[in-house]
Amino acid sequence: MLNKIYDWVDERLDITPMWRDIADHEVPEHVNPAHHFSAFVYCFGGLTFFITVIQILSGMFLTMYYVPDIVNAWESVYYLQNEVAFGQIVRGMHHWGASLVIVMMFLHTLRVFFTGSYKKPRELNWVVGVLIFFVMLGLGFTGYLLPWDMKALFATKVGLEIAVTIPVVGEWAKTLLAGGEIIGAQTLARFFAIHVFFLPAALLGLLAAHFIMIRKQGISGPL
Amino acid sequence: MAKKKEVTRRQFLNYSLTGVGGFMAAGMLMPMVRFAIDPLLKEGAKQEFVPVMDTSEITNKPVRKEFKIDQVDGWYESEVTQSAWVYKDEKDEIVALSPVCKHLGCTVDWASNAAYPDQFYCPCHGGRYTKDGVNVKGTPPLAPLDVYNKKVEDGKLYLGKPEPR
Repeated sequence: MLNKIYDWVDERLDITPMWRDIADHEVPEHVNPAHHFSAFVYCFGGLTFFITVIQILSGMFLTMYYVPDIVNAWESVYYLQNEVAFGQIVRGMHHWGASLVIVMMFLHTLRVFFTGSYKKPRELNWVVGVLIFFVMLGLGFTGYLLPWDMKALFATKVGLEIAVTIPVVGEWAKTLLAGGEIIGAQTLARFFAIHVFFLPAALLGLLAAHFIMIRKQGISGPL
Repeated sequence: MAKKKEVTRRQFLNYSLTGVGGFMAAGMLMPMVRFAIDPLLKEGAKQEFVPVMDTSEITNKPVRKEFKIDQVDGWYESEVTQSAWVYKDEKDEIVALSPVCKHLGCTVDWASNAAYPDQFYCPCHGGRYTKDGVNVKGTPPLAPLDVYNKKVEDGKLYLGKPEPR
């Protein structure tokens, strides 16, 4: 059945070369944990992406209940966690995944660093990776405010005070991020927009660039 | 070589990988899907009876009575206004009809159309109902107006939830 549907589409659109190009190529021996167990360090990039997919999915589902409004934000989080079936699990996935994605990304960065994979001709991919790192930190920072509890509020106060320490443009950066003088209604709306639209869009673009480059250049050789 | 119907190593690996992968994907997606479809599986809210008016005020002419109910909407609780058309029928029994048109949910009005002085009239698409709330054949609504659950206590009319009949 599935084969027939596939053949029907393939006959018309010739999709086999497309997915072959993306997915069907050999894993070199030195990155295959089946050959050398220590090669598991090459999994961290894929794991980072896997958790990113979970973050995007669980985040999409959370927005079905969450509202970015100072009166209702906390109540809506409380409701989705305690009154909606599996709310604790879905919020838990997003909460713990947020930390795990940073951990995985850090391990991936260490592997790239210690295998020297960032060297010519892959410098650009390292640069894009660092940009992804910053976008992830931004996602973590903006997402932290959204539950609108005390921890969120004061963590964001501290974060914005750190922004103030940027030479020359510090005060502007703070006002721009907070959307005004205080951390309040406008900050929450702004952080929500940044968290669910702007940064994910940037992330997807950077990830695409990251993957196209690694596909083009291939994984770096053995040590 | 491979006998008929014998599972090859490649097939076996394909099946086990698809199975394990499917199991993991399901474990990931099941909580999120159940989370999303929760409104379908939640029990409908119960509605308390609220006093609407003194029974002595009720006449043969339908009167629109507004009353307030407590509404729980997820994390948001509020007092909302509902209304009912209340009158006494020929048998002197109290009738309380929901004003929500059974066509597409606009609000019907008693005798608001001069051409039909003894009917409920819906301004949206010209739906009409006779005084007992039964839809007039040939107009858009396909069912009679909902009837409020009601009770009378100490000379007061209490209304609950409107029910279709």
